[in-house]
Amino acid sequence: MITAMMASSYNAKEEDGHHSGAAGHGASAVKSRKPDNTAFKQQRLPAWQPILTAGTVLPAFFVIGLIFIPIGIGLYVTSNNIKEFEIDYTGVDSNSPCYTCARNFSFNSTTSCTCSLNFTLDQPFESNVFMDDSQLNGDPSALKAPSKECEPYRTSEGLPIAPCGAIANSLFNDTLKLYHVDSNGTMNEVPLVKKGIAWWTDKHVKFRNPNGNANLTIAFQGTSKPVNWRNPVFELDPSDPENNGFINEDFIVWMRTAALPTFRKLYRIIQKKSSTTPTLPSGRYILSVNYNYPVLSFDGRKRMILSTISWMGGKNPFLGIAYITVGSICFFLGVVLLIIHHKYDNRNTSADIPN
Amino acid sequence: MFTDFLSFMVLFNFIIPVSMYVTVEMQKFLGSFFITWDKDFYDNEIKEGALVNTSDLNEELGQVEYVFTDKTGTLTQNNMEFIECCIDGFQYKHQDASSELDGFCVTDGPVSKLHQKAGREKEELFLRALCLCHTVQVKESTEQCPDQVDGMSNEVDCLGIDGALSHPQERRGFIASSPDEIALVKGAMRYGFTFLGLESKSMKILNRSNVVEKYELLHVLNFDPVRRRMSVIVRASSGDTLLFCKGADSSIFPRVRKEEVDRIRLHVERNATDGYRTLCVAYKLLSAEEYTQADAELREARLALQDREEKLMAVYNQVETGMSLIGATAVEDRLQEEAAETMEALQGAGMKVWVLTGDKMETAKSTCYACRLFQKNTELLELTVRTLDDKDRAREDKLHELLLEYHKKAVQDAPPVKAGVTRSWSSASQDYGFIVDGASLSMILNSSPESSNSRYKNLFLQICQNCTAVLCCRMAPLQKAQIVKMVKNSKGSPITLSIGDGANDVSMILEAHVGIGIKGKEGRQAVRNSDYALPKLKHLKKLLLAHGHLYYVRIAHLVQYFFYKNLCFILPQFLYQFFCGYSQQPLYDAAYLTMYNICFTSMPILAYSLLEQHICIEVLLDNATLYREIAKNAMLRWRPFLYWTVLGLFHGLLFFFGVWYLFHNPALQDNGQVFGNWSYGTIVFTVLVFTVTLKLALDTRHWTWINHFVIWGSLAFYVFFSFFWGGIIWPFLRQQRLYFVFANMLSSVSAWLVIILLILLSLLPEILLVVFRKPRGPHSRQSLPVFYLLLSSSPTVTIHFPIPMSSSSLKYSLVSMCSTAAKMLSCLLPWHVLLMTAAPPSTKRTCMKFNAELQHYQTEREREREREGVRGGAGQQCPDGVLFA
Repeated sequence: MITAMMASSYNAKEEDGHHSGAAGHGASAVKSRKPDNTAFKQQRLPAWQPILTAGTVLPAFFVIGLIFIPIGIGLYVTSNNIKEFEIDYTGVDSNSPCYTCARNFSFNSTTSCTCSLNFTLDQPFESNVFMDDSQLNGDPSALKAPSKECEPYRTSEGLPIAPCGAIANSLFNDTLKLYHVDSNGTMNEVPLVKKGIAWWTDKHVKFRNPNGNANLTIAFQGTSKPVNWRNPVFELDPSDPENNGFINEDFIVWMRTAALPTFRKLYRIIQKKSSTTPTLPSGRYILSVNYNYPVLSFDGRKRMILSTISWMGGKNPFLGIAYITVGSICFFLGVVLLIIHHKYDNRNTSADIPN
Repeated sequence: MFTDFLSFMVLFNFIIPVSMYVTVEMQKFLGSFFITWDKDFYDNEIKEGALVNTSDLNEELGQVEYVFTDKTGTLTQNNMEFIECCIDGFQYKHQDASSELDGFCVTDGPVSKLHQKAGREKEELFLRALCLCHTVQVKESTEQCPDQVDGMSNEVDCLGIDGALSHPQERRGFIASSPDEIALVKGAMRYGFTFLGLESKSMKILNRSNVVEKYELLHVLNFDPVRRRMSVIVRASSGDTLLFCKGADSSIFPRVRKEEVDRIRLHVERNATDGYRTLCVAYKLLSAEEYTQADAELREARLALQDREEKLMAVYNQVETGMSLIGATAVEDRLQEEAAETMEALQGAGMKVWVLTGDKMETAKSTCYACRLFQKNTELLELTVRTLDDKDRAREDKLHELLLEYHKKAVQDAPPVKAGVTRSWSSASQDYGFIVDGASLSMILNSSPESSNSRYKNLFLQICQNCTAVLCCRMAPLQKAQIVKMVKNSKGSPITLSIGDGANDVSMILEAHVGIGIKGKEGRQAVRNSDYALPKLKHLKKLLLAHGHLYYVRIAHLVQYFFYKNLCFILPQFLYQFFCGYSQQPLYDAAYLTMYNICFTSMPILAYSLLEQHICIEVLLDNATLYREIAKNAMLRWRPFLYWTVLGLFHGLLFFFGVWYLFHNPALQDNGQVFGNWSYGTIVFTVLVFTVTLKLALDTRHWTWINHFVIWGSLAFYVFFSFFWGGIIWPFLRQQRLYFVFANMLSSVSAWLVIILLILLSLLPEILLVVFRKPRGPHSRQSLPVFYLLLSSSPTVTIHFPIPMSSSSLKYSLVSMCSTAAKMLSCLLPWHVLLMTAAPPSTKRTCMKFNAELQHYQTEREREREREGVRGGAGQQCPDGVLFA
């Protein structure tokens, strides 16, 4: 009877609109309609089900604490050992900008080290940080036709600007010189290395002069210098012809735009002479500045920073303090968890039925 | 100015996670395959699995608050079956129709004297009563019977293959107003008495010895729901006038001799609790004078022009007295497989089950009892034509009065609902079941256009919401939809689910949020109009408790996670504007901006939202109460949303300012070279991608190889992509912003240190939260047989069994528990209930033993208390026993 009724309902289904061949087709497709019994389709994939409990997390906290605190102390000590000396040479009177000012200071570095001379600027961010990397990469077509985004520093007097853009236009062009004052009063210029202040990849791959390094004057023919510049791009460094054009390292450093409005950039490196003599022996130093870069118009500040360098870079106590803090927190939490775990365990065992 | 606005729009558009829609759609589409693929939904009988018609509602399955179910064909199979009878206190159970067709099988009932039978005369009298006392008509037919239609009063049953095989008249159909009568006639046939039909006022019966007996049908005292019985008066060929009466026990027992009642009552009550529909059969031998008097009165009453009903009733009542009880029958409207378990699970999950049926109240009510929707202690509130009919007053007034009364009972006096308390052991609060019929409902919904109308509706809704189960009988298909609509639009707009199998359920399936069709015998209308089609009712449990729960958790997590990850993605970008002179300078490279949602963080969450099982499926099925944890959109409310938002803000701030502090001195390389803005962005982005992915890893409770693959794969891909993207001068790009930025970053020790620090610091609160969160027993899957005895000030002790656990080890633990039960209890007196969750059924017997121990202990304690003269509160202080949740 059941089969009879099912047959009748099946007929009814066909009448409902199924095509008439459904019965035969259905019979053959019956087998395949059964869902596959695979682990994936049945949501029974073997699974790892981690449970974080006080017991499992506890050792991790101790380990983190024990690793972080020494790292933090190391960082903090390293950072503290970095010597930094800072001169703000912005000047006060905007009417009489100090074009060549010299400051006296003493710097004491007993160990031999590599020192860096940095400059720091405090200036509002450029509203248009666009630079045409194709142009800077030596693309001749981009040299003559800079990207539209370089506006308003794209063309000047009908000629395309090379390098175009606001960033390039505002190139930092103060010249800093450091003199060591001898005991008898003579000023010895400290040799400042200008190689290696930019990223290697920037200097050698990203920034290229058009037509290689052949005659730059010809290569840059038909372009105009940025509005604020004194010299065209191929005369940036008169002392070293290899350091001109787009691959001038001062220019490359400037083109790696800073992240924050108060920023520091590497200006020069003072190489150590030998492992025995200090790089900068203690004594009086004179900083001589060729003041070109105007900052007073936007209330900016200019600073020279003399700093030693360590494995972690420049002086920054933040990382050391942060590591010590987080390490201590982890350690403390580890202790708290241990107590909780202990208590919880006690309670559990006391309530459990002895088996 | 306007261009600035547009630039910011472009920069911050990620705060609206457009990619979320894509992922959500993908999750829903792919996720619905798991329902189709589930082999538990495959039914061998119809050779079909579940059918998903829409993939939009997967998560709604986890939010269902109201289940509207059809009765016939959905809850029941609509096959009445004669189960057993009791003649003169002896139980007869028909075990196998084919093997012992003609014999009575005696089983050991609780009271029967083994292998004893009632006298043969009594047996035959009983069977004759069954054969005669009905209004069944015989329909000779060789064809198949037409389909039964729910809601129609004329039910046709076929007597074919499963009927008596030995009879030549096997191909015969019975037509009756109720399927019970057919079942009874068929039952009698199984025992050798076949009803051959009614021909010109004479009923023919083929008795055991294949002799046709003829009875002259003199009177039919019709069934009515008030008397709840019907009788026939027949004259046998021998000339005796007999009255046979069958009816509900409550209406028969007062009309028979007391001493007969006791023997049968036990059977009847046991059958009733088993969910069978019981009827008692009585007879009376009418003497000639008695008959002539009754005959005259009946004729007179029938011809009465005024108050015919009352007069008839009076005569009926007068005639049907002084009978003697022969026996009782038990008929089963066979429930669908596991219907009761399913309903219990749904109720345990906090869903309100409403039965909407076209059937009459008695039938539907007994089904509700059988499905355990109503239980013995459930107080039924009836709002039907029967209760509304009052001689003195109009129906309207009575309705008003009843509604107010019920409202007072169920809503005002009810104690506030305790969350998480299963009703099986919350003895303190009374359960209410509500019964309403179509006529009363239409009065409530659309009687008069007065203002009181909506008041009725509100009262009605409030009563219904406080009842554990509601039964609506005598419903028209449109009324079903009306009810669904009313609940759907009620306060809090609960998620409704309708389940049905026939064309008459289509309206309610379409009306409810989730419509489920049963691939039943009544054609494909319901299936085609449904959102999901299941082969059987029992599959609803897994669909809701397992699939629905998981899908809800998955999608809720997915949505929250998307908002979170885009918030902590864009917040540093936003903060950066304050440090770059509001110049719309992007913090991240364009490639990172684009790829973040597409490649770096999309796959892990998609895999999570498809595969996550924060609680494994078996536990979800065993603990219906877990469904309550996600009820009322628990994971997408303000609190979790705020939590995720705060987390996103915290992470965003941490990323940005952590790196900001580092960049106070951007000379981060050991040769003094400085980092620029793209390095800044890349460090932030690296921390971001790692943190966001690891946060998801922390949330993942179910690590399949796919999860491992996508989570670690995404991170590896990010690193690979960053190298690749920064490793080449891209000829088609005007800007090479990221050229060697990533590699340079990795060459700096400080950058490494800050990345590690920030990732750890952002995940730290998350780890702590996970650790300090309450250890949740049944959620965890541990191999050790540990009992979590949560001792708290609450008077409930929960023993969680970590699942899965081998039953042998559990048994061992339980046995040892039993032996120490008394010891245990002596120190743990303030508990009164031991709730055992997720215990596998195999251990129930052991638990019974445990219960016995407890009871023993309890009685001893009570005795002790009596000795000490302390009164009351004993039940509160002693464990009630182990209950299964």
